[in-house]
Amino acid sequence: MADAVKARSRPLRRRRAGSTPRYLPYVLIAPAALLMLGFIAYPMLSVLQYSLRDYNVTKPWRNGFAGLDNFKEIFTEDDFFWDTLAFSGRWVLVEVALQLVFGLVLALLINQTFVGRGLARALVFSPWAVSGVLTSTIWILLYNPSTGVSRYLADAGIGEYGTSILSDPGTVFWGVVVAELWRGVPFFAILLLADLQSVSKDLYEAAAVDGAGRLRQFWHITLPHLRDAIVLSTLLRGVWEFNNVDLLYTLTHGGPAGATTTLPLYVAQTGIDGNEFGYAAALTTVAFVILLFCSILYLRLSKFGGDDQ
Amino acid sequence: MTSAVIDREPLPDTAPQDPPRAGRRRRRHDQPPRWQLFVPLGVYLLFTLVPFYWMLLFALRESGSDSLVPWPITFEHFEKVWNERSFDTYFFNSIQVGVATMVMTLLVALSGGYALARFRFRLRMPFMLALLCSQFIPGALLLVPLFEVFRELQMLNSLGSVIIAETVFQLPLSMILISGFIRNVPPSLEEAAWVDGCSRLRGFLAIVLPLLRPGLVAVGSFAFVHSWNHFLFALMFLSSQDKQTIPVGLNTLIGSDSVDLGALAAGGVVAALPVVIVFAFIQRWLITGFSAGAVKG
Repeated sequence: MADAVKARSRPLRRRRAGSTPRYLPYVLIAPAALLMLGFIAYPMLSVLQYSLRDYNVTKPWRNGFAGLDNFKEIFTEDDFFWDTLAFSGRWVLVEVALQLVFGLVLALLINQTFVGRGLARALVFSPWAVSGVLTSTIWILLYNPSTGVSRYLADAGIGEYGTSILSDPGTVFWGVVVAELWRGVPFFAILLLADLQSVSKDLYEAAAVDGAGRLRQFWHITLPHLRDAIVLSTLLRGVWEFNNVDLLYTLTHGGPAGATTTLPLYVAQTGIDGNEFGYAAALTTVAFVILLFCSILYLRLSKFGGDDQ
Repeated sequence: MTSAVIDREPLPDTAPQDPPRAGRRRRRHDQPPRWQLFVPLGVYLLFTLVPFYWMLLFALRESGSDSLVPWPITFEHFEKVWNERSFDTYFFNSIQVGVATMVMTLLVALSGGYALARFRFRLRMPFMLALLCSQFIPGALLLVPLFEVFRELQMLNSLGSVIIAETVFQLPLSMILISGFIRNVPPSLEEAAWVDGCSRLRGFLAIVLPLLRPGLVAVGSFAFVHSWNHFLFALMFLSSQDKQTIPVGLNTLIGSDSVDLGALAAGGVVAALPVVIVFAFIQRWLITGFSAGAVKG
């Protein structure tokens, strides 16, 4: 049987393939393809199906087809949905912008030669390896009103005693932004540093010979070189910041009073805590469409991979 | 470029007023004044390290103490989380999840990445596209349907469900990176091995695999760290306490009514230790691994 297949396919095969059967690449990608079909594609399709149902695992009696009712509720009755959407947008923009700026500065600093560079690099990159829950743990300790940093600052005459950053709606946003920044900056620094190291040194030397200062070298050589890396890393990070709920789920639980709930966190709470699978699935669908739309728009606007320099 | 030029490389591009110094590839005028480097770097190091120090401080000093150095030092918090708060169980569960995810991700991504790098087949582009698109699918949003899938498979409350879910979400990026690494290995090396009578598999194992080591370390540690840290899948799929992982244990500590800060900090140190150790070993390879993958990836 196998020989027959071989014999028939021989004239079509490329010469270089030697003794390789044509189906080999398919065998090689099969494990990955099966895993992704079963655990990404199938769940995606079932989200669509659930979103049309009124489905709560703890209430089997209301488990019927609901048509577009879930979606109607989201867009017309659910004010909280709009709040979470607005917060998600603000969260992603602020986080990605700050992480990019700090990450770029850090990458430029670390890219220079100095004594102890290896150690400095390992230390500043270390929060990359830390989880959202661990970040929450650390910042809960730091923000604690009676034993955290603010108490010691108050001892030294800065600020007031009992400052609770995470329960005050006025300060909670920047509180969580700083915590996420702490862990997020190394991602940009690592990726941009990798790309920085591939800039040809000749370019800088030529520019220096022509009398360009360091600022102009950065603007005309470094930044254009990093362009695609910046677009891609900001996109990946933006999607990731939108989707990732670990930190907010554990640090503030979306509070106080829902002030730090992103859309995916709202989905997680609706699904995990509320068991409203149908409604959560409808929210998921909406979130996914928004995310896809924003990503395509971003790639278009940034002319990713285009040679328009 | 001729070999003569390569031999004299340091000389022609050295400006006359700047004599070359041995072992130094960059010259002084490339570099800004030192304080412009060390001041911002120092500030950033403080921002990075103070939070870690704060956690160590709480983990090591006695309860009720408010000293800023952990002295007298105590390990009572560690004993408490390890023995009373079941962090021993969580720890070994997390190790199992992390190692299994790493091994599965590497095996599946190597096999698929090899196919993408070395063959032109009809489904290649659609498959690549699917890999890229899957980056936009949020794991958090698939929680509910994945829960249903694992219920159908009767895998709820077993570590296998978490391992599979973590692997699936690690796969696309890992495979893209690995196929980039494989493309950087010249095919002629492999072909020479075939001529010598090696099978494709043996040629791959003997020639290509050793060259991939830095990249595999980067991708594998990435998978380990991510699955060690990830929280929602374990929270959702594992219900009994003896199956929980470290992040879920931490979340329980955070969520308890009167938070025991010492125990929480000690739990945090236990959670941080393995990833920090892994990170210390691999951070150098991480940069080279990513740049190698980025060249053609």
